[in-house]
Amino acid sequence: MALETLDTRGLLCPLPVIRTQDRIRSLAPGSMLVVTASDAGTLQDIPAWCRVHGHRLVTTEQTEEDIEKGRTYRFTICVVEQ
Amino acid sequence: MLAAKVIADQGIAVEGVNFFTGFCVEGHTHAIRENRSKRPKRNNALWVAEQLGIKLHIIDVIEEYKDIVLNPRHGYGAHLNPCLDCKVFMVKKAMELWLSDGFMSEHGFDFIITGEVIGQRPKSQRKATMPLIARESGADDRLLRPLCAKFLPETLPEREGWVDREALFGFHGRNRTPQIELARRLGIEDWAQPAGGCCFLTDDSYSDKLQDLWQAQGVRSYELDDIMLLKVGRHIRPAANFKLIIGRELGENRYLEGYRKQFPALKLESHKGPLCLIDGTPSAADLLLAARITGRYSQGREAEQIVVSVNWPDGRREELTTTPLPKAELAPEWLIGA
Repeated sequence: MALETLDTRGLLCPLPVIRTQDRIRSLAPGSMLVVTASDAGTLQDIPAWCRVHGHRLVTTEQTEEDIEKGRTYRFTICVVEQ
Repeated sequence: MLAAKVIADQGIAVEGVNFFTGFCVEGHTHAIRENRSKRPKRNNALWVAEQLGIKLHIIDVIEEYKDIVLNPRHGYGAHLNPCLDCKVFMVKKAMELWLSDGFMSEHGFDFIITGEVIGQRPKSQRKATMPLIARESGADDRLLRPLCAKFLPETLPEREGWVDREALFGFHGRNRTPQIELARRLGIEDWAQPAGGCCFLTDDSYSDKLQDLWQAQGVRSYELDDIMLLKVGRHIRPAANFKLIIGRELGENRYLEGYRKQFPALKLESHKGPLCLIDGTPSAADLLLAARITGRYSQGREAEQIVVSVNWPDGRREELTTTPLPKAELAPEWLIGA
């Protein structure tokens, strides 16, 4: 199954969570969504949102810190039927 | 949190709705500012939902909310906070979600609860405003306030016996001690910031910056980027035609970096210093003053000479060699919301 992607870099929480929530609402169960973010708050919020709604967080990755741009975070989420 | 817990403990299925207006304090301030990194960077509504084991729907209402901020029917509070209109809007919005196809309606929700307490806020949470919110939102007697229900007429869920009125509460006033005691009795040991301090519109400094924005634009309007940038940095307006936004620390500088394609940006080349965005239409003389002010907030503030690059959104770049502005020449009235 193709990976769906969502780039939320530059957005602050809760917007990355809202965009993730809205995208997942349109995806079928079993779909995989890769969310990219720059807000460190997503490290707490995306996993929390997945737990609250029962979706499966497959991986969480983060890049090395860039002095000007900070880090980039990447979450792979498997959509679970609600 | 407490209202949801009280109702959930009666065996009623509860789901949360959190509206994102663009003016929330906690998440963004923590997300942007590096020096607050010791505090948890988390969305409090999500955290509460997880503690309670309920679902949470976070709804973007940025566009619709503009009318509430710009044209509040019931006026503002002490600053630019349209609290009463805000409450009506949010309950009304929850009703719309409830009635909309494919969202909350599929879960078969029957009524709405809020954590309001009579007398907790001087303008928006008074006994007289409770029925007003219920009426103007359209929720009417489907709006239940579990924490102060005993001071209010019975609502539909109480009359129908869905909710046991005897197990609801009669809290009132600004003292939150009874709520804290109840929270502990219910096994809640940690909670998010109590209501009232969670909206930038209740902040005098932020309100001053928003007023300044409207005055400079000549029109009362805003976009999301406008209100986000008001949360970041020092805002300095040396003249009507331009304003500087100067990062106060690493996290703010990084955040401002994201706006370099929208605004001219000044950067110290000779010393360590902040990133400065320029909002407006500066002349060449204004740019030089902006460079000197940016130098004032850099490690070159006492240097004989500083070099500042001007980076235009279209990629043009120039360097200015100048002197940092002495403290005495930085007029206090230039500092917006200070």
